[in-house]
Amino acid sequence: MVNINTLADELAEKGKDIESGFLFEVNPIPGEVEVLQIIIEDREEFPVFISTSEEQILCITYLFKEDEVKPEAMDEMNKAMLLTNISMPLSTFGKIDGQYIIYGALSVESGLEEIVHEIEMLSGNVIEAIEAMSDYLK
Amino acid sequence: MSLITKIITALRGGAREVGEAIVDQNSVRIFEQEIKDAETALEKAKRDLTEVMAKEMQAGRKVEELKVNVTKHEGYATEALEKDNEELALEVAQKIAEFQDEMAIQQKAQESFSAHVERLKGIIKQTSKSLADYQRQLTMVKTTDSVQKATKTITSNYATGTSKLLTAKESLDRIKQKQQDFDDRMAAGEVLEDEFDGGNLEEKLKEAGIVQDDNKAKDILAKLKEKKD
Repeated sequence: MVNINTLADELAEKGKDIESGFLFEVNPIPGEVEVLQIIIEDREEFPVFISTSEEQILCITYLFKEDEVKPEAMDEMNKAMLLTNISMPLSTFGKIDGQYIIYGALSVESGLEEIVHEIEMLSGNVIEAIEAMSDYLK
Repeated sequence: MSLITKIITALRGGAREVGEAIVDQNSVRIFEQEIKDAETALEKAKRDLTEVMAKEMQAGRKVEELKVNVTKHEGYATEALEKDNEELALEVAQKIAEFQDEMAIQQKAQESFSAHVERLKGIIKQTSKSLADYQRQLTMVKTTDSVQKATKTITSNYATGTSKLLTAKESLDRIKQKQQDFDDRMAAGEVLEDEFDGGNLEEKLKEAGIVQDDNKAKDILAKLKEKKD
């Protein structure tokens, strides 16, 4: 299983690398399951949350809440999400209770590069996803 | 009931939270117990299989041995008859009868063991499948549990963040605005840089006729001539 503290340190280092063109900060959030909040430069409004378990490394970004969606457009939006899922690399639309998200799940064997790549993908896709779904939003 | 079925059933029944449907105190324990039981049953079935297969082989060997004996003794009996020794022949025939009785018993045993082997193989196959399925379901429960807890962690922390107050659309607009501001500043920066470098200024001076590179050399030469004179 991945040691989340080690991961936090390693990611923080990566996040400072200006040459990568992708800068971010790592903010560990304590809890029964510890979560890393990745705050991305210029996209602070959409942090990426990382949590690990025996089975996977899960990266989640929150999109919008259920109540931000036009009720009459909900069905169509849900359908659209299912249909566009496959086009988003490493990211999938999902919902946790009343919150729409996009997420990517990585193998616990994944290296640092893969995890950073996943974060970058998610972050890029979040912007595009919200823009794409914006007609469905209030 | 499979886990996914359970979730869908709960959702249709009105549950808004998926987690409630499948992760309760007992779920993990129940699956872990089922897995343990299945593993134990599987181990036992495999041990039994080895044992019964051995017995089947043993019975089979005995049958073969008896067949050989019967043939041998049939030979002896024939020989005795040829020597007109009916008494001996009868004795041998008695022996043959015993062999054949024994053979019948062993053959029946072999059939019985063979059937048992098939049954055990079936059990092993079934139990292996069940085991794999329980393990998969346990993974699902554990994953859901992990995500639930992570979500709790996020929510408890998110509440303090200012971005929670903005809708997704508003957040997106903010980002775009920031990008626009940045682009504007960059463009303005280029203009300033231009002027600072003297690039823009030089243009202006040239236009006003104050700097004329092309005539510079001539002017210098003219001045030098004047001095000379």
